[in-house]
Amino acid sequence: MSSLDSHAGSAPQHGGGHHGSYLTSKGSLWADIANWATTVDHKKIGVMYLTALLILFFLGGVMALAVRFELLEPTRIVINQAGESVTTGQRLAFLASDGATANNIYNRAMTLHGAIMTFMFIVPGIPASLGNFFLPLMIGAKDVAFPRLNLGSWYVYVFGSLFALASALVGGIDTGWTLYTPYSTMTDADHWRLVAMITGVFIMGFSSIMTGLNFVVTVHKLRAPGMGWFDMPLFVWAIYATAIIQVLATPVIGITTLMLIFERLFNFGLFDPRLGGDPVLFQHFFWFYSHPVVYIMILPAFGVISETITVHARKPIFGYRSIAFASLGIAAVSFLVWGHHMFTSQGELTAAIFSFLTFFVAVPTAIKVFNWISTLYKGSIVFNTPMLYTLGFLFLFTIGGLTGLPLATLSTDMHLHDSYYVVAHFHYVMFGGTVIAFLAGLHHWWPKMFGKMYAETPAKLGFWLVFLGFNTTFFIQFIMGAHGMPRRYASYPDEFQWMHIISTVGSWMLLAGFLVHLFTFIHALLQGKTASANPWGGMTLEWHADSPPDEHNFAHEPIVKHGPYAYDRVVPPHTDPAEYPLPEKTDLH
Amino acid sequence: MSTMNPPSGRDMPAGPKPLHETVEKGHHWRTRDDEFDAGKLGMWLFLGTEVLLFAGLFCGYAIMRMLYPEAFANGSHYLNWVYGGANTLILLWSSYTMAAAIRHTQLGDKARAQICLVITWLCALAFLLIKFIFEYGPKWAEGKRPGVLFNYPYAENPMEPMWWSLYYAATGIHASHVVIGMGLIGYLIYRNAKGWYGPKNYLAMENIGLYWHIVDLIWIFLFPLLYLIH
Repeated sequence: MSSLDSHAGSAPQHGGGHHGSYLTSKGSLWADIANWATTVDHKKIGVMYLTALLILFFLGGVMALAVRFELLEPTRIVINQAGESVTTGQRLAFLASDGATANNIYNRAMTLHGAIMTFMFIVPGIPASLGNFFLPLMIGAKDVAFPRLNLGSWYVYVFGSLFALASALVGGIDTGWTLYTPYSTMTDADHWRLVAMITGVFIMGFSSIMTGLNFVVTVHKLRAPGMGWFDMPLFVWAIYATAIIQVLATPVIGITTLMLIFERLFNFGLFDPRLGGDPVLFQHFFWFYSHPVVYIMILPAFGVISETITVHARKPIFGYRSIAFASLGIAAVSFLVWGHHMFTSQGELTAAIFSFLTFFVAVPTAIKVFNWISTLYKGSIVFNTPMLYTLGFLFLFTIGGLTGLPLATLSTDMHLHDSYYVVAHFHYVMFGGTVIAFLAGLHHWWPKMFGKMYAETPAKLGFWLVFLGFNTTFFIQFIMGAHGMPRRYASYPDEFQWMHIISTVGSWMLLAGFLVHLFTFIHALLQGKTASANPWGGMTLEWHADSPPDEHNFAHEPIVKHGPYAYDRVVPPHTDPAEYPLPEKTDLH
Repeated sequence: MSTMNPPSGRDMPAGPKPLHETVEKGHHWRTRDDEFDAGKLGMWLFLGTEVLLFAGLFCGYAIMRMLYPEAFANGSHYLNWVYGGANTLILLWSSYTMAAAIRHTQLGDKARAQICLVITWLCALAFLLIKFIFEYGPKWAEGKRPGVLFNYPYAENPMEPMWWSLYYAATGIHASHVVIGMGLIGYLIYRNAKGWYGPKNYLAMENIGLYWHIVDLIWIFLFPLLYLIH
């Protein structure tokens, strides 16, 4: 039995001819540009998001390298022969045009790194690129519910990003990406830059709401006939849960940024103790959005991993329903735990309650991790790049999750608060979680998106460079933080220098890894082998479309007859057995 | 709503069809009903985000009122409930005419729908005129301004700038929604004049109507909080 009814089997049994593909040129270059700029095709918009995201990831990465470069040596103040005090190791000073000190430059680079990576890369990251491309395909739809809104959200995102980046062009801001008051209201020199950054964040919030709203409606209204809620692929479940958080949390950052703009321009006083306000109130508003946002960042990654792990282990996912419900559970809990970012600035009882609630996040998350590992058990694991990244994700995310426990515990958090331990923890979760899963998904779906295979060997080399580089960069920071190295300082005591050197060298390995991936992707686009429709033997609906999919996704509307991971029951159509032999049918369950 | 497909040409009288008879579903929808339901669901989700946006302001109001009850009691004494009450009635009335416009469209009465839409638009204009001419203007001139701009010499409480900050933020963001609503209703008036809306095609009108109701609803919360509670 096929997962599609018979008439869908008449889809072209291709390899080569992609005449109707969404990537087909319209003729001249200008026609192509005009076509892409006004497209309402979710696949093109997904690719446009991917392009914008990768550019911003590059910018954010350069800032990260700059920050790590500055930390190669502790900055010392020395008295020169003329009797003036100068700092040694002003390695970023060439970036200064206005006589800013090394600390200013460092803070601005650090802020820009944080703001780009959170607001502009990780938050829209997987949902807007892979989600836009694959959500409709995976539920058998022709497009998202509101295609024009989808295009609009891309323009709003780009416009908002430019607004925020404009603040960097005129010198940058030094508040940290959290924009905490009073830094964000009292650092006078940064007046307009700050307003530009905050306005950019406000605008990007609209893009996030538009995307989330679109996805919720798409999942509700556009599933293929026969696809019940529990026939949806887990990536769709994850995007759905993410979209709910996007719709419910983002308006709060909207009003918070507006209040911050008013505060900045007119001294409203809501957040200023001299005028009767309370800076902690800003933190409550900020984290009421920004904690759920952590799950906007990680839930889509969970969805990607659920897909890659079952396809590349050739085994039905273990505990489908529990993974689906865990996504919703995480979404629900995410709204109750914002206060754990503020243990040191609130009352003891409040802190204890937030600490208690925070531990609940571990339950649905652990359910997922156990299910993924159970899926691997007795699977026919193929160690290709998506699988390596998937295993890397399990390793790194588990470290990231477990190191969160000492931060959720009040007594240990008092020691670790605002130290490099926190930096290491959230990089393990966000980078080791989301970015690694993003790379897993990118390699997994690359043949589908562009109809070309990437070269496996250099991609694996890229994985090892990224994986080892990441651990070299960030594992040492746990130790550094536990020894008392505070975050957000450009200068530090000499005793930490050897650890910072290891960390900085790791950041260069990461750079090398990403360059290798950039090379493999460009090589795949230019000279890659043509991909078959289903190179991995996946069961979900996107593998029933051509590679790359044609303009309207499917030749016929698919009709779903069983769940998305029925490897034990059927060999999917279009699988290329020469390339990736399927295992013998085994008696699972 | 009806599940019928648009009538085929041979059932229709001769002559060009009105625009609303020619509107087709988007290519990615199975039926026009699906498209209609999706449009409504999307709008309700968006209205949820609007409520959450104002919820932040209401939280700020609640906390500051708790901290400085006297400043807030003083503040609401400065506001004239007559203007606020008049605006409340205007908005309630415009909500009714908006709903009536949708009903007339469903019944195929384009002319009455148009009258109702124009009344709704004029009500929105009246709301803004009262707001700016009788409230913002005189208060701003007296120095009752938000935050750092505050220079009202007879303030009775040092925390009054905070009250004015919240007053201007809440009513200002609400007023900006009224302005956007005027643009949207103007769009409806233009499209209705062209014959875009009819018994089978009124999703845009219904969605903009829902938006207009939420603008009304938020004012109904703002009015007692700012004008009536002492």
